[in-house]
Amino acid sequence: MESSDKKKKGGLSRRDFINSSIRFSVILGIGAIGGKLLTRTQVRQMVWQLDTSKCIQCGRCATNCVKTPSAVKCVHVYSMCGYCDLCGGYFRPEVKELTTAAENQLCPTSAIRRTFVEDPYFQFDIDRDLCNGCGKCVKGCGAFGNGSLQLQVCHDLCDNCNECAIARDCPADAFSRVPSDNPYLFSGYDSKKKG
Amino acid sequence: MKKAAAYIILILLISFQLYNVFAVQRFPKPEFESGYVQPSTLAPNPRAEALAILDVVVLLVTLSVATWMIIKKRSRDGVFWISIFTIAYFGFFREGCICSVGSVQNITYALFNPNYSIPISAILFFAVPIIFTLFFGRTFCAAVCPLGAIQDVFVFRPVALKSWVLKVLGLIPFIYLGLAILYAATATDFVICRYDPFVGFFRLNASFMMFMLGAVLLLLGVFIARPYCRFLCPYGVLLNLASRVSRKHLTITPAKCIQCKLCEDSCPFGAIDKPVQIKEKEESSKAVRRIILLTVIIPLLVLVGGYVGSRFHENLASVNHDVRLAQELLHPDKTQPESFEVTAFKSAGKSVEEFYKETASIVDMFYIGGWILGGFIGLIFGLTLTSLSIFKYQEDYTPNKGTCLSCARCIDFCPVKPEL
Ligand code: SF4
Ligand code: SF4
Ligand code: SF4
Ligand code: SF4
Ligand code: SF4
Repeated sequence: MESSDKKKKGGLSRRDFINSSIRFSVILGIGAIGGKLLTRTQVRQMVWQLDTSKCIQCGRCATNCVKTPSAVKCVHVYSMCGYCDLCGGYFRPEVKELTTAAENQLCPTSAIRRTFVEDPYFQFDIDRDLCNGCGKCVKGCGAFGNGSLQLQVCHDLCDNCNECAIARDCPADAFSRVPSDNPYLFSGYDSKKKG
Repeated sequence: MKKAAAYIILILLISFQLYNVFAVQRFPKPEFESGYVQPSTLAPNPRAEALAILDVVVLLVTLSVATWMIIKKRSRDGVFWISIFTIAYFGFFREGCICSVGSVQNITYALFNPNYSIPISAILFFAVPIIFTLFFGRTFCAAVCPLGAIQDVFVFRPVALKSWVLKVLGLIPFIYLGLAILYAATATDFVICRYDPFVGFFRLNASFMMFMLGAVLLLLGVFIARPYCRFLCPYGVLLNLASRVSRKHLTITPAKCIQCKLCEDSCPFGAIDKPVQIKEKEESSKAVRRIILLTVIIPLLVLVGGYVGSRFHENLASVNHDVRLAQELLHPDKTQPESFEVTAFKSAGKSVEEFYKETASIVDMFYIGGWILGGFIGLIFGLTLTSLSIFKYQEDYTPNKGTCLSCARCIDFCPVKPEL
C-alpha cells in the first residue's frame, strides 16, 4: 500500500505533509498541556479521605461506596475515649439494661465489641469485618460522648477510585483528596503522632 | 492573682483549640490502675506509590508489544492474547481504575481547577495512547484498553450495520465527550467514571442498574461488535481523530491489494473502505455551489447549536451539587423533610449570600459551557453532513484510519503473501 501511495506524487505527498504537520502540532499541544500540568503535579499520590469535622453521619458512606461493604469504617480513637460504662455509641439512647444483648446495641451489625477493663471502665473495639460504615455509633458518640468514634476511609480497603463515588454524593462535602503520606483526617487526633 | 487568671484563660483557649465542636471531651480519659495498655488507633497506609508507576510501565510495555504485533508481526493471535492480559491486569487486578478513557476528565479538571494536583500516572495514561495512535493507528484500542478488550472477546456474530446508521450513532461519542468535559471543567462530576458500564464486572461489584447496562452492552456486543467503543466512548473520539493523521497504520494486505474482495466483510466494525470508482468529473459550478452551501450551513449549525445549548444551561447546571443545594435553599419544599444537604449546609455555618454568589458564577460557567458545547455539536453535525456528500476516490480495500480499531482480524482474510 505504501509503495502505491508513493507513485502518485502531488496529491498524496501533500496530504502526507499536512498529516505530519497536524501530528507535530498535536504532539506539541499534548506536550504543552502535559508540561503545564506537570508543574502542578505532586510526586506524592493523593487519596480520598473524609473530614470528620464536616461529616453529619447521613449514612451514605455505607451505601454509596463502590465496594460492599463500604471502605469507610468506624475507627476508634482510643486516646479520646472516656471508656464510659454507658457508651453513647454502643447503647441505644432508650436502653434500660446495660447488657450486651443485640437489642440494646446501636450498631445494626453488632460490630462493636465491649470488654471490661476495670471498674467502671469498658473498652470498645470495632470489628472492621462487620462494620458497614453507617455512622450510627459515630452520631451517638458525638452526641453523648467524647466523639472518639469517627468515620474514616480505610486505605487498605479503599480502591482509591479516580472519583470517589461517595464524594460526589456526600451532602456535607466532607470528602477531599489528601496526600497519601498523611491520609487520615481525624478530629482531635493526629494519626501520625503516637498515641 | 492576675497572672493566674491569664494562665487559666490561656489553658482554656488551648483546650478549645484541641477539640473542635464535634469532638467534645465530655468525659475525661480515665486513669487506669490495672496497668491497662491502650490499643493504638488503626490507620492502615494506602497502596504504595511505586505501584502507580508500575501501572504506567505495564501500559507502555503492553502498548509497545501490541503495536509490534499489529504493524510488524501482523498477528491476530498476538493481539488476542494481549487483550486477555489487559482484561486480567488492567481489568480484574487493577479493577479498571485508572483508565485512559476516564483520564480525559482528570486533564480537564486539572486545567480548570488549579488546586487539583493531578497524578503523573493520569497525565501519562491520557497522553501515551494518543501519541502511539498518532504514529501507529489505534493500537491502544486493539488490545490495551480494558474496556475495549472485554468487549472484543464477545464479538462472536457481528452483523453489518448500514453506513448511515454508523454515521448517526457515531455522533454520540462527540456529545458524550463534550458533556464529560463540561462537567469535569465545572467540577460537577466525572460522568465517564460514573457511567462506566464495565468497571462493575472488573470489581465484581456494582449497582443493579450499572450491572444490567454492562451486561446488555456485552450481550449486544455479540452481534453489534464493540458497541461502547463505537457509539459511546469519548476517548475513542480523540483516538479516531489522531489516527486519521497517523504516520503508519495497519494494512490489510502485506503487499499489493489484488481486489479479490475476500476481506470485504471481514471487519466486525464496518471499518473497511471499499474501492470507489472515479466518478465523472463533477461540473465545477456544482462543486462551487456545494462549497458555498457548506460555508453557510456549518457556521449556521454552530450558531444554532450554541444557542440551543445556552438555552439549556440551567438544566445542565442542575446536575451540579452546589446549584442543586442553592435551589433547595431558595425554594424549600415544605412537604418533604429537610434534606441532608440542607442540614449539613446549615451546620457548617456558611453565609447564604456568599453561597448564592458562588453558585451564580457556576451557573454562568454553564452558560458559556452551553454555548461551547452546543456550538461544538453543531460543528460535528455540519462536518458529518459534509463527509456524507464527499466521495473520496480510492482504488483498494483499506481500513478506515479513523474508525479501524486495529484489531487485525481482516489480515487473516487476505490471500496475498508478503513480498520477499
Ligand atoms: S456521606 Fe458525608 S456526611 Fe454522610 S456519612 Fe459519609 S462523610 Fe458523613
Ligand atoms: S454503628 Fe455503623 S459505623 Fe458504627 S460500628 Fe456499627 S456499622 Fe460501623
Ligand atoms: S474511593 Fe472508592 S472505594 Fe474508596 S471510599 Fe470512595 S467509593 Fe469507596
Ligand atoms: S474506543 Fe474507547 S473503550 Fe473502545 S478500545 Fe478505544 S479507548 Fe477503549
Ligand atoms: S483491523 Fe481490520 S477488522 Fe480490525 S477494525 Fe481494522 S479494518 Fe476492521
